Amino acid sequence: MRKSSINKSQFGFYFVVPYFITFLIFGLTPIIYSLYLSFMKWDGFSDPVFVGLANYTRLLQDTFFLKSIGNTLIIWVLSIVPQLILALILAMILNEKFIRGKHFFRAVFYFPNIVTPVTLGVLFSLMFDWQTGSVNKLLMGIGLIDDPVNWFNSPWLARLIVAGVIMWQYFGFNMLVFIAGLQSIPHELYEAAEVDGASRWDIAIKITLPLLKPVLLFTFITSIIGGLQLFDAPLMLGNGPDNSTLTMVMYLYQTAFKNFDYSYGAAIAYAIFVIILIFSLISIKFSKMNKVEQ
Amino acid sequence: MKANNSIVETGLAGNNGKTKKTINVKKSLAKFAVYFFLILVAFTCLLPFYSMMVTSSHANSDIARKLLLVPGREFVENYKRLIDTVPIWRGFANTIFITVSSTVLSLYFSALAGYGFSKYNYKGKNILFMAVLGTMMIPGQLGIIGFFKLMDTFNMLNTYWPIILPSISNAFGIFFMKQMCDSSIPTEILESGRIDGCGELKIFHRLVLPLLMPSLATLGIFSFIGKWNDFLTPMIILFDNELQPLPVMIAMVKSQFSTDFGAMYVGIVISVIPILIFFSIVSKKIISGVTAGALKG
Repeated sequence: MRKSSINKSQFGFYFVVPYFITFLIFGLTPIIYSLYLSFMKWDGFSDPVFVGLANYTRLLQDTFFLKSIGNTLIIWVLSIVPQLILALILAMILNEKFIRGKHFFRAVFYFPNIVTPVTLGVLFSLMFDWQTGSVNKLLMGIGLIDDPVNWFNSPWLARLIVAGVIMWQYFGFNMLVFIAGLQSIPHELYEAAEVDGASRWDIAIKITLPLLKPVLLFTFITSIIGGLQLFDAPLMLGNGPDNSTLTMVMYLYQTAFKNFDYSYGAAIAYAIFVIILIFSLISIKFSKMNKVEQ
Repeated sequence: MKANNSIVETGLAGNNGKTKKTINVKKSLAKFAVYFFLILVAFTCLLPFYSMMVTSSHANSDIARKLLLVPGREFVENYKRLIDTVPIWRGFANTIFITVSSTVLSLYFSALAGYGFSKYNYKGKNILFMAVLGTMMIPGQLGIIGFFKLMDTFNMLNTYWPIILPSISNAFGIFFMKQMCDSSIPTEILESGRIDGCGELKIFHRLVLPLLMPSLATLGIFSFIGKWNDFLTPMIILFDNELQPLPVMIAMVKSQFSTDFGAMYVGIVISVIPILIFFSIVSKKIISGVTAGALKG
């Protein structure tokens, strides 16, 4: 019996092989091929020509790319800060025992997260259209503004709208993550605090928040990786005035697949990868420092 | 909450009833404020979808001039103009085909590899598993240019292969299924299957897969949603209108119908409504899935 089960162990290897073969073909080879192309000059028609580091030196002086890094970071910060605060408040409210209709609220808050980002981008670009959009009509209808606001004519308003759409789409997801974190806090802690006469506010600030800190940090870190890759919805909302809402991946897409400068696009892809890597390492280091302090 | 109440109440028992009343009023005011806040946020979540449905049923001239609050009668007209130019139902069928076949492939091979990592011991297993986890860190668009060029070399541009086949390598799926095999597949069952003379693959099909069904449903829902919303890869790989999935068509609708708002809104409605129906059926499973995933992370 024993002998036969040892003989079977190779099957485990066979079972994981399809993953590696597929990843090799559709994942790893393209990544290495992209690196090779980033040292070439290739427009998609003629043969690639070796140009060394030319694409990368061009990248360092490319004001559009540098601007797109700034835009992406600004949009990410504008969306993540209010998003996490709102998600945290809602999670703490929905974790209270007296709230009715918990499932309904969770479902409604989470729903925007699964709607196709492209569709949301188109929907919001129509709603915020300054002449025909319903947002201006609504604001004028309730008397908040007298004239329609040209949202996409101001760099900061345009960024705020993109950030707002991202926030609107992701706060429900983060709320669910925080609720899961809240539910893993042992009840005895709350009971002990209540016996000691702590108010609800004290409990929230002194017990819940510190215990939730790891979950908050984790969400923050993972949001950097996603936030730096913003693409679908911002693409539909447009580049904004003076390219103020052009994100890094949008620039990659437009360079490679609109202007057919594939090799330069490959260099941009690697630059984005390096930027994401740096930010991930910084945040991991930051969270480790936090742990040591505690 | 209850315990807190009783403490407050016993603490106040000696005082007169007036203080108790103010506290009660304060409490119900706070409750009201909390509910008001929840409803306000829920309203913000749903309003764009309501506006989308209402607006899609009005003529362009009305959309441009008025704030529309109730449904109109122009839906069919808008719809006709949309399908004259964009084969949106074809896109819908394409999306279903891509999504279903990708999800099936992804589930089967995730379960197979997860099982292979969970229940067998062979040389290099841990290193291979770490490699799988490592691939999860790679941003999706890193290799996109090479992917495009490579698919060109394979003559796979404008076909579904580059969109469906990569679903076999779903690193998160393998991670998830390995956890599930660790916790819900007893090794004794596998041994009994072996004693009965089943081959290893037959054991997987007959004994392991049925036991994994609940976890496969959870993973399946998330793969399904992810693939349904997939945009960048199909956009660069597929040139033919007839082959494109729904998100690519919606993006096309935006560039082609620059002033035909009614038709654009109809396209958006057609894209959102199936998701809404899907979500209202499986929302409990989705929400518990997100929560379970969050706890593991």
